[in-house]
Amino acid sequence: MAEFLSLHDAVSSYVKDGATLAMEGFTHLIPFAAGHEIIRQGRRDLTLIRMTPDLIYDQLIGAGCASKLIFSWGGNPGVGSLHRLRDALENGWPRKIEILEHSHAAMACAYEAGAAGLPLAILRGYVGSDLPKVNNQIKFIECPFTGERLAAVPSVRPDVSIVHAQKADRQGNVLVQGIIGVQKEAMLAAKACIVTVEEVVDDLGVGPNACVIPGWAVSAIAVAERGAHPSYAYGYYPRDNRFYKEWDAIARDREAFISWLDENVLNTEGVQQ
Amino acid sequence: MNSDYNSAEMMTVTASRALENGMTCFVGIGLPSEAANLARLTHAPNVVLIYESGTLQTKPEVLPLSIGDGELCESALTTVSVPEMFRYWLQGGHVSVGFLGTAQIDRFANLNTTLIGDYVSPKVRLPGGGGAPEIATNAGEVFVTLKHSKRTFVKDVDFVTTLGFGRDGKSRDGVPNIGKGPTRVISDLCVMKPDPDTKELIVTSLHPGVSKQDVIEATGWDVRFISGLETTPAPTAHELKILRDLKERTARHHAGESVGEKS
Repeated sequence: MAEFLSLHDAVSSYVKDGATLAMEGFTHLIPFAAGHEIIRQGRRDLTLIRMTPDLIYDQLIGAGCASKLIFSWGGNPGVGSLHRLRDALENGWPRKIEILEHSHAAMACAYEAGAAGLPLAILRGYVGSDLPKVNNQIKFIECPFTGERLAAVPSVRPDVSIVHAQKADRQGNVLVQGIIGVQKEAMLAAKACIVTVEEVVDDLGVGPNACVIPGWAVSAIAVAERGAHPSYAYGYYPRDNRFYKEWDAIARDREAFISWLDENVLNTEGVQQ
Repeated sequence: MNSDYNSAEMMTVTASRALENGMTCFVGIGLPSEAANLARLTHAPNVVLIYESGTLQTKPEVLPLSIGDGELCESALTTVSVPEMFRYWLQGGHVSVGFLGTAQIDRFANLNTTLIGDYVSPKVRLPGGGGAPEIATNAGEVFVTLKHSKRTFVKDVDFVTTLGFGRDGKSRDGVPNIGKGPTRVISDLCVMKPDPDTKELIVTSLHPGVSKQDVIEATGWDVRFISGLETTPAPTAHELKILRDLKERTARHHAGESVGEKS
C-alpha cells in the first residue's frame, strides 16, 4: 500500500547510490521536483533511464549524479542540445558517463515488457540502423513461427521508478491524465515506485477507462505542487517553454550551470510536504 | 505575383503539398510539423496527423514547440500511451507516411541524427534516433525535409541512425514487412526523389530562381538531375497567408503562455 511521505523521505528511503532509476513523463509530467531532491541528497553512480533525458537528466548529469544513461532521444525539445549531457559525453565533465542508446519504439516496448514481467521485448525495429553496432543490448532473433527477423532488447526493470501525476486519493490511488507516455509501464516495471502529485483529493472523480494506478501498486506518494515545472501538468499549469529556451544558455556554460544549480536546487528547500 | 516569399516558406509550402487527404501521417517535430499542419489548414483538411507522444488525429491551433505540448493532446481525437502508439498504430501498419526532419542525409537517403565523427569520442553529439528508426521502416513511405547545404547533404552519413536505402541502396531489398522508404526529399532549393533502380537521390524539380549550380554547390556528392527537370510551383497567396498566420499565432502563443519562473 502506498505510503504518504515527504519528498525528502520518499527519495532518501528508495533512491540509493548505485541504483537503476527511471524517471518518466513524455514531455509532460516530468518529475523535476524529485530530480532536484535527488541532487540535493547527493546521490551518486545512478544508472538513469529515460526515453527523453530532457532538462531533468541534463541537471542530474551536470550535478554528477549519474554514471550511466539509457535513453532514446537526448535533445532539448524544439530548442537544441542538452549541453550538460554533451559536456559529459564529449569532455567527461563533471565525470565520464556510459551510454546505452535505443530508439523510442524499443524503449517503449522494453518498459512494457518490464511491466509484463518478461525478460525481453520484441519489435520490428532497427532495420538497417547502425544503433545495434554501438549498443550490444540490441539483438536480432528469428520468429519461431514465421522465420521473420525481429529485434530484441532486454526489458527495463529499474530498482526505482519515479513519475509525477495530477492527483492521488487518500488511499494512494493515482490518476494520470493527458499525455500518459510510459508512466504506467515505468511504475509497474520497477521494484519500487514513487509518485509525486500536485494534490491529494477525496475522490479522483473519473470514469471507467481513466489511467488510474491502484495504491497497492505504488510504494510512496509525495505531494509536490508544480512538481513537473518547467514541464507541465495537464489541467494544472502549461509547459514553461520560455524556461526550456533559457536553459540553453544556462547549460552551455559550466559556471552558469553551477550558479543556477546553487540558487535554484541546492540552496532551496524544494517543493515538498 | 508571389515573388514576395522566402526560401524557408518555399520549402514548407512544397513539403505541405506532398501530403494528401486520406493520408495518415506520423509527424516529426519542427519543419515536418509546420508543413503537415499547413497541409491540414489548406488543401488536405482530412489528413490525419499523429505524433509520437500518443496524440492521435490531432488538430493543433498553434505549432507545438515539443513533441508533447498540451496543445497536441487537447486538440486530438484521443491520446494513447507511447507503447501503444509505436506498437499498435505504427508497427501495426496504420501509418501511410512518416514525415521526418534530420541533421544529415546522404545520397541513399539514410538519415543521421546521432553524431558527427566517431561514436566513442564524437565531434558533435546530436540528440539521437527518437522515433525515426522505426517510423522510417514501418510507415508506408517517408518524406524528409531539411535545409540544403554541404554539411547536411553528404555523400555518406557518419552514422546511419535511420534507414533510407542503406550504404549501397539495397538494404530494403527482400526485407519483409518494410515500407517503401523515403520517396521524396524537400529542401529549400529543390525536390529530390530516389532513382527507381539505384535509389540514389536525384533532383526532380528546382524551386523558382534556383539554378542547377546552386544545388551542385550545396550538395556533398555529384548530384544528378532528372531529364525533364521541372520548376516547383511557387507558393500561392493563400498558402502564404495561412502559413504566416499559423507562425504568428504560434509565436504569440509561445511567448504568452510562459510564466518564466525558474524551477
